[in-house]
Amino acid sequence: MPDPMRIRAQAAGDKTTVRVLMSHEMETGLRKDAAGKTIPAWFIQEVTAQLNGKPVLSAEWGPSVSKNPFLQFIVKGAKAGDKIAVTWRDNRGETRTDEATVS
Amino acid sequence: MRSTRMMAAIAAATAAFTAVPLLAQTQQPKSAADGIAEYRKMLEDGNPAELFEAKGEDLWKTPRGPKNVSLEACDLGLGPGVVKGAWVQLPRWFPDTRKVQDLESRLLSCMQTLQGFDAAEIAATPFDKGEQASVTALAAWISSMSRGMKMALPQKHPEEKRAYELGKRAFFYRGGPMDFACASCHGEDGKRIRLQDLPNLTKNPGDGVGFAAWPAYRVSSGELWSMQRRLNDCFRQQRFPYPGFASDVTVALGVYMGVNAKGAESIAPAIKR
Repeated sequence: MPDPMRIRAQAAGDKTTVRVLMSHEMETGLRKDAAGKTIPAWFIQEVTAQLNGKPVLSAEWGPSVSKNPFLQFIVKGAKAGDKIAVTWRDNRGETRTDEATVS
Repeated sequence: MRSTRMMAAIAAATAAFTAVPLLAQTQQPKSAADGIAEYRKMLEDGNPAELFEAKGEDLWKTPRGPKNVSLEACDLGLGPGVVKGAWVQLPRWFPDTRKVQDLESRLLSCMQTLQGFDAAEIAATPFDKGEQASVTALAAWISSMSRGMKMALPQKHPEEKRAYELGKRAFFYRGGPMDFACASCHGEDGKRIRLQDLPNLTKNPGDGVGFAAWPAYRVSSGELWSMQRRLNDCFRQQRFPYPGFASDVTVALGVYMGVNAKGAESIAPAIKR
């Protein structure tokens, strides 16, 4: 089971800033280990965000995104108490969803 | 078609970029240090150290080890289970182990006595592997519970004073193939390695600098480093033999830097390049 994300969502007027920290190795597939063997690629491919169950963001990521990635985006029209859910899926098919309440 | 659009985009970008320095020239020129400070500020909002803090909090509260006990009865110097404020008073003297201990060595003691782990085995484990990774995550969470507090290492016990003097000697001890001491890099103001400013650790380097900034997340390697790991790498840079994890000399160096930093605000776990 992958480690949880840290999600913060702060409303200011009609704009809500969402900050997400994901825990992921994000291996490019280009690095080699101490024995000279290629470390297989392992990275997040798909990121989606939902506001109260309605999709508001979908992104395709690649191996150039850093380890333990940070994602920030702004959603219009979210109110305090609304639920923001973020999901990622990596190239191994592993997935993780976490939810935060807009404050 | 595609390349023309690309060219147009590049042209527009060039125009925008040339306009900026012209404006900036009328103001103060930006130093390399300002640039790094700006970069850190940008990253601050998304410091992945938070991920380690969450792991550490979990590790503290979950029953683990051969005895299946949590660390909640661990005394970090302010009484069993008191975490808030403990970090800014470490290293300190502990009557039960009859030793001056820093956070990591204290955690090893607690993991051995409370949870039944083998402290020597953990100390011999490479960084980021097995229980060594647990110690790092615990250090991240425990230090985060003292964020914004001022460094206040006790110097009442004679052993704490002795550790300070020992740390001072180690700090100024020159040796190795490059005839280096900690003080060679950290003994004067305004020194740097490449673009990294080096704090002067022979005095209080200020809020959130030096001892008051570790543990920290290293963006370049994607790792969280505790003070023990920071010191380990300083020894490597001096081409000294690696010090033992949580050994007396590393704790003494912690006492020396921590006491010198008295009153500095802790920002640990910080974020580094």
